[in-house]
Amino acid sequence: MRNNSVRAIALAAALPLVALTGCTTEPSATQTTGTGTGSAAASSPASKDWFDQSLYDTQNQQRSATFEGNPEQPYLQYIAGPMRDTSKFKAPGAHKVCFANASISNPWRQTGWITMNQQLKALQGTGVISEMETRDAKDNDNTQIADIDYFIAEGKCDAFVISPNSTAALTQAVERACETGKPVVVFDRGVETDCATTFIHPIGGFAWGIDTATFLSERLQSGDKVVALRILPGVDVLEHRWAAAKKIFEEKGIQAKDYFTGADPTKIKNIISDELATGDVKGVWMDAGDGAVAALEAFEDAGKKLPVMTGEDEMSFLTKWKQTGIDAMAPVYSNFQWRTPLLALEKVFKGEPIPAEWVLPQKPILKDELDQWLQRNQGMPSGHYAKFGGEDLAGYPEVWQKRQIP
Amino acid sequence: MSTALNSERSAILKQNRASRSERLLRAVRTPGGAVFVLLTGLLATIIVLNPSFGEPGSFIRFVGRTAPIAIAAIGQYFVIVAGEFDLSMGSVVTMQVIVAGNLIRQDDSKVIPVLVLMLVLGAFIGLVNGLITTLLKVPSFIVTLGMMLALLGLVLYWTGGAAQGNPADSFRQIGRGGIQDVPVLDIIPYPVIILTAAAVAGFVLMRRPYGRMLIAVGDNPSAAALAGSRVWWVRTRAFMMSSLSATVAGILLVGYAGVHPSVGRGYEFTAITAVVLGGVVLGGGRGWVLSAAAGAFALESLFTLLNFMGLQATWRDTVQGAIIIIAVAAASRSWQRKRKGASSAAHDEQHQLAAAPTPAEGTEQGGRV
Repeated sequence: MRNNSVRAIALAAALPLVALTGCTTEPSATQTTGTGTGSAAASSPASKDWFDQSLYDTQNQQRSATFEGNPEQPYLQYIAGPMRDTSKFKAPGAHKVCFANASISNPWRQTGWITMNQQLKALQGTGVISEMETRDAKDNDNTQIADIDYFIAEGKCDAFVISPNSTAALTQAVERACETGKPVVVFDRGVETDCATTFIHPIGGFAWGIDTATFLSERLQSGDKVVALRILPGVDVLEHRWAAAKKIFEEKGIQAKDYFTGADPTKIKNIISDELATGDVKGVWMDAGDGAVAALEAFEDAGKKLPVMTGEDEMSFLTKWKQTGIDAMAPVYSNFQWRTPLLALEKVFKGEPIPAEWVLPQKPILKDELDQWLQRNQGMPSGHYAKFGGEDLAGYPEVWQKRQIP
Repeated sequence: MSTALNSERSAILKQNRASRSERLLRAVRTPGGAVFVLLTGLLATIIVLNPSFGEPGSFIRFVGRTAPIAIAAIGQYFVIVAGEFDLSMGSVVTMQVIVAGNLIRQDDSKVIPVLVLMLVLGAFIGLVNGLITTLLKVPSFIVTLGMMLALLGLVLYWTGGAAQGNPADSFRQIGRGGIQDVPVLDIIPYPVIILTAAAVAGFVLMRRPYGRMLIAVGDNPSAAALAGSRVWWVRTRAFMMSSLSATVAGILLVGYAGVHPSVGRGYEFTAITAVVLGGVVLGGGRGWVLSAAAGAFALESLFTLLNFMGLQATWRDTVQGAIIIIAVAAASRSWQRKRKGASSAAHDEQHQLAAAPTPAEGTEQGGRV
């Protein structure tokens, strides 16, 4: 009998721990299990670590930079800078592309993945790409490292496209891919090496944080409370957004309180309800739009005045924004970047120079453009991203409307 | 020997005939009763920190939003008290949320058929869990873990891991709406009504022969089998009730929060923690159903309290975990002390205490929830 209860204590003690790890390490949202280890231990030091003044300044400037290329094709635009000579990769005919994808486990990645596949069909049609072999790492660093090594060992890839799951963990695998002498294109999250032929990404997280926090602090007064809903700790793209926003909120005296939600609408709703019970919430800041609707519903259910809010260009948020008429903006982490890697490879195989760091435009949607973007994306499902940039591709709009995930 | 036994018996008899207040006091000292003290303490602290929480309108909303996890805890209670685990609960919630989102969409006429389908699906999953555990003799920890993974895989396959959009508002009303314009309370959320119904049903069930049998099976399956109960069927029904309660929780969560593949994640552990916090012994045979529900409320109050205290986001989980461990350890200790103190008659006594007089106290306490 006594053994039994000792076992019960041990089990009972272990359970919440398991539950906690369950919560912190596998959110549906973007990303990592590997780098998130110390996340629970160090918040304020961590966000200081994530803050990088020079990167902040660079991205702050890039917000108003001029982009080369045609604004009608934002996925091909870039900020002028060092170019990479690709003449050694010049080769005629169709090539096989190998794509190591971090995951398609959030609506943003799914939308991009659909667009990428339509772009692939177009390039297959013009005879640039023969086929694209994709391996999905399901948000796992180890899986993605194995995927890349599998591609290398297979030896049939004419080019690599890598969307890293996390920054530090994938660096060496990307280096191994570079050593094969084939072109390597990295996009979305970065790695700590510049061996890749090009690194494609929108301006970045600091620009997002500056845009959103400036918007909120212009509309609020010192001392007002803002609830910051963050998906999870430990991912550079997301941490940079918060690091920049936190700095600005602190400077303007805005009381910002941050929470990790795992994009779980239940948690978001509970958090907002509790915050509303302790006092007025004047603003809501999000590091990604997933769950924005739940946050607004919490205000509606409590019968409180709707907040000033920053979400994302996800259709669910844009629609709710329009319905409620709140004062809001939608920062954009340009989804059209999913087209760019394949188009970059097209240039590489032609031997045309491409930017070594390909910085794509990242322009938020403001109130005066809301109707226009809703109009352009009429009939799209709630998980669709307004700036997906695939309007000129075959299959538009049915493929995105039906959201057939390849 | 026999005189000793006799005096033990008469002591128990005396205990059972004790006055109402004495019995209440004694009930409060058991882990199943202590959770109500813990809950009261937590709620009082929250109200002191933030008086507006105590207003009837906002308090009833708090009860409403805790209803899904409390219902899940009631379901998990049946399985745990029968000596098993149901780890598939969270996945069942997630799956049902996705089923509702994908099948109903914006079509009001599909609400009822899909609701029926969801309940059938829930009962079926419980039946499979139960039959594999009892007839194939696979430990339920493994069976339901497998079921959890299988269902999660199914959801991933179906959705690719992201939300497809919310179902029709009429369906969401079940979890989001309520009876409007009620005096004092302002609103009675439907989840509160559903929770009340579930609690009453659970309470009544535990006082009926099936409930007694369930506890007997959890305490000593061999003895229960020798006494003529069909252990496999008693346990299988417990699994079915657990999956059904997860289904109901899922229906409420679709309304409350909306469709997202993260809804329901970790629910099994929250439910198990709530049940253990409610003084129900892992391994079975001991505990009250309403204490399990109270455990869920205590847990939710704790989360709310931490929100109110404005703890750093990154620290919150750690503090939560530590408090839960301490609370559960304290509860287990007090069962243990009880056992050490009593002699060979302890077993006998505990049966009397756990099964006979105490559920009545449970209700009185439950009324406060």
